[in-house]
Amino acid sequence: MCLALPARVIERSADDQLLIDLGGIRKSVSGALTPEAQPGDYVIVHVGHAIGTVDAEEAERTLALFAELAASQAAEDQA
Amino acid sequence: MKYVDEFRDAALARNLAAKIAAEVQPQRRYHFMEFCGGHTHAIARYGLAELLPASVRMIHGPGCPVCVLPIGRIDQAIHLALERGAIVCTYGDTLRVPASGGLSMMKAKARGADIRMVYSAADALKVARANPVREVVFFAIGFETTTPPTALVLRQAKAEGLKNFSVLCCHVLTPAAITHILQGPGVGPAGDVPLDGFIGPAHVSIVIGYAPYVPFALGYQKPVVISGFEPLDVMQSILMLVRQVNEGRAEVENEFTRAVSADGNRAAQAVMDEVFEHREVFEWRGLGEVPDSALRIRPAYAEFDAEVRFGLCYQGVPDHKQCACGEILRGRKVPTDCKLFGTVCTPENPMGSCMVSSEGACAAHYAYGRFRDIPVVAA
Ligand code: SF4
Repeated sequence: MCLALPARVIERSADDQLLIDLGGIRKSVSGALTPEAQPGDYVIVHVGHAIGTVDAEEAERTLALFAELAASQAAEDQA
Repeated sequence: MKYVDEFRDAALARNLAAKIAAEVQPQRRYHFMEFCGGHTHAIARYGLAELLPASVRMIHGPGCPVCVLPIGRIDQAIHLALERGAIVCTYGDTLRVPASGGLSMMKAKARGADIRMVYSAADALKVARANPVREVVFFAIGFETTTPPTALVLRQAKAEGLKNFSVLCCHVLTPAAITHILQGPGVGPAGDVPLDGFIGPAHVSIVIGYAPYVPFALGYQKPVVISGFEPLDVMQSILMLVRQVNEGRAEVENEFTRAVSADGNRAAQAVMDEVFEHREVFEWRGLGEVPDSALRIRPAYAEFDAEVRFGLCYQGVPDHKQCACGEILRGRKVPTDCKLFGTVCTPENPMGSCMVSSEGACAAHYAYGRFRDIPVVAA
């Protein structure tokens, strides 16, 4: 029941509802807990509510860390 | 899917596994508890335990909200539906959790109880609006992730002046549960359950931030790494824990920087604080009574508190005698240690709560790990 997924915000309406795109499926969820979320942002959706936003720069940084690791591993394998 | 698929790359997972294997020290053993059911599920589903060196052992913790819900609370919800004629709304996973007298919410439904599954707390409010002459109760369970949505509906119900809506609040707190485990028998330097660190919750931490874990890391000298739920997140977090242990550090580190900050979600904390206060003590399934580990509705919202409204009195009920859930939730046993596992107790017919949700240790092991236990013999 803890499953929650990142989804892209398409639209924010005046009553704090967010229209989101979750892997191609459109859904309306509550944005009351994420007043900062704007169209184009990714939010984490859980039990019909966006409970937080995804920081795109931090996500890139984590992925870059994995990529670096892959590169150093490849270099070691060659040596 | 963005922010999902990139964190599931199999080649990178093997890379991380190689890194972990290279960094573990030969004479040392590493015991890490993943607190959240979401991590238990990821470890089982992606076979992460197999990728780890033998010296790293993962222990399932009590972080599955369905697994820690005690029988007495489900009995209360069933009582409201069967004897008090209320419509009880709840999240789907709770329906199959075993209750007293061979019942579950699902079986109570078959006896005529009006129990409805909702996807969101807001749906329970819709049921109340649509049935003005019936009492509608939202059976609210879960950790800090499901609590803010419950707080929002309480605030909304009050604003609308709804007369037929209330909440049976069974929300529990993560930091209190972790502290309880660290203080429990068996854990610690002399105990039989060595614990060298924690994989900290992902979604709970989105809400509360990572600052609340700093006291255990310091007080109990246990490293904590807040981790996302995708397989690469979990592998990276294990690597970070191994490094802390090797270097003799016990800090809170954050792997899930893309969603978790030190302070968490302030808007969510504000609404929780407005509506809820701490309970002195709350019974958890498997852990017993844990002080200061749950929330109740504040007096200002008493008319929406099902316990007050229906004059409910809590009665604890012991688990099935042979069910080892309690020991499993404390990290002292694994599912296959339970006599009922896979024979009497299956996901179709669970005897204990760990077999209900796919995030429970027994259900995760039943779905993904069961066949790994069978030794391969040449024909
Ligand atoms: S197998 Fe079933 S009865 Fe045994 S510990 Fe797990 S949930 Fe409880």
